[in-house]
Amino acid sequence: MALTDLANPSRFLRLANRAIPWLAGVTVIAFAFGINQAMVAPDDYQQGATVKIMYLHVPSAWLGMLCWGLMTLAALGTLVWRHPLADVTAKAAAPIGAAFTLLCLITGSLWGRPEWGTYWVWDARLTSELILFLLYLGVIALWRTVDDPSRAARAVAILTLVGAIDLPIIKFSVDWWNTLHQGASVFRIGGSTIYPTILLPLFVMALAFTLLFVTLVVAAMRNEIMRRRVRTLRLMQASAAS
Amino acid sequence: MSALTALLVRDMRLAVRVGGGALMGVLFFLVVVTIMPFALGPDLALLKRIGPAILWLAALLASLLALDRLFASDHDDGSLDLILMSRAPLELVVAVKGLAHWLTTGLPLIIAAPLIGLFLNLDPPAEATLVLTLLVGTPALTFIGLIGAAIAVALRRGGLLLAVIVLPLTVPVLIFGVAAANAAVTGPIPFGTPFTILCALTLASLVVGPFAAAAALRQEME
Repeated sequence: MALTDLANPSRFLRLANRAIPWLAGVTVIAFAFGINQAMVAPDDYQQGATVKIMYLHVPSAWLGMLCWGLMTLAALGTLVWRHPLADVTAKAAAPIGAAFTLLCLITGSLWGRPEWGTYWVWDARLTSELILFLLYLGVIALWRTVDDPSRAARAVAILTLVGAIDLPIIKFSVDWWNTLHQGASVFRIGGSTIYPTILLPLFVMALAFTLLFVTLVVAAMRNEIMRRRVRTLRLMQASAAS
Repeated sequence: MSALTALLVRDMRLAVRVGGGALMGVLFFLVVVTIMPFALGPDLALLKRIGPAILWLAALLASLLALDRLFASDHDDGSLDLILMSRAPLELVVAVKGLAHWLTTGLPLIIAAPLIGLFLNLDPPAEATLVLTLLVGTPALTFIGLIGAAIAVALRRGGLLLAVIVLPLTVPVLIFGVAAANAAVTGPIPFGTPFTILCALTLASLVVGPFAAAAALRQEME
């Protein structure tokens, strides 16, 4: 099945309707397994049980960035190939990415309070993550301001591509600046600095979050296609009535 | 006179004649700086310390002023269609419009900055570096703003949306502009480090801005 086959919204809808229950089921299983793993994982020798916030904080940070990455690919799809599903993807993904980024900021500040003694510092990692959240809100605002979906899609696509500059800044902020936020500890040259008993549950949780993300995006895309059909029907009805 | 020069002259003439233009920007700059001591208290030591940051913030807000009309007024009177149909490359046209915007809003601010810096108790070396950072940094504000202006071109109420879109993108410029201005006066870090990054940001925005804005205009106007 090629990507071009999905250009037909009806075909995508059929596929999505079949896939969503399975995706949701696998997500639930992955979360059950991941939360169980996280519960039995040992406490940190310094932080105690608060280290478990990491199992929510780190995956939501990854997903917040992955979502903008997906929107960047979708933006290319909109501008270069005019793929009809690309702008549906971009529109469906934006609020979900904003939610993950907000979750990352909230869990991070709850984690920061006991460990750093403050809910918020103007540190490079935190600031760039906050900017990512603001960029999400800007994109959502732009979607809502332009009436015509396909014109909104092209305007948003350009903003998304420009905003993608923030992704490497977030990733490397801990290397470029001397931050309070800890440096890269999972994906780094020389291997992870986290002990396997804590690292493995983190990967399971990351997988569960990714599955949740995929499920939500596919469901939101289905809703968006339906919403566009309703809009078209209403327009046809209005023009028939006049 | 080539098409691009004609456009530059036209845009500057419009900016200067319609709505007070350059003077209005400077006046806004002055007003923003003047209300700061009312909020912060007239503590000269504090103002001296945060003066560069206040001036940078005021410059950022002032550069947003004329931005939402940059393409929108051309769109309203139809001249944007003529510009799009002209043989001059759209990227260059957009860059020329950005240059005109900077010459009429950015440059007057930079000229006025030393005088306004006196209100904030800045001493001559601090003012000199501040002017230098503004001179290097404000083109980046204009050229990043171009992208937002092009995206919001056809919106009836684009002003607020423009600020929401553009301000997050200008954060790096603000960080390194203020860092460079402070480094020269107080900072432990040498002036050159943030200043060269500021230069890099400006150069990058000079390339990215016109291309992204031209792409947005083409997409919007189909």
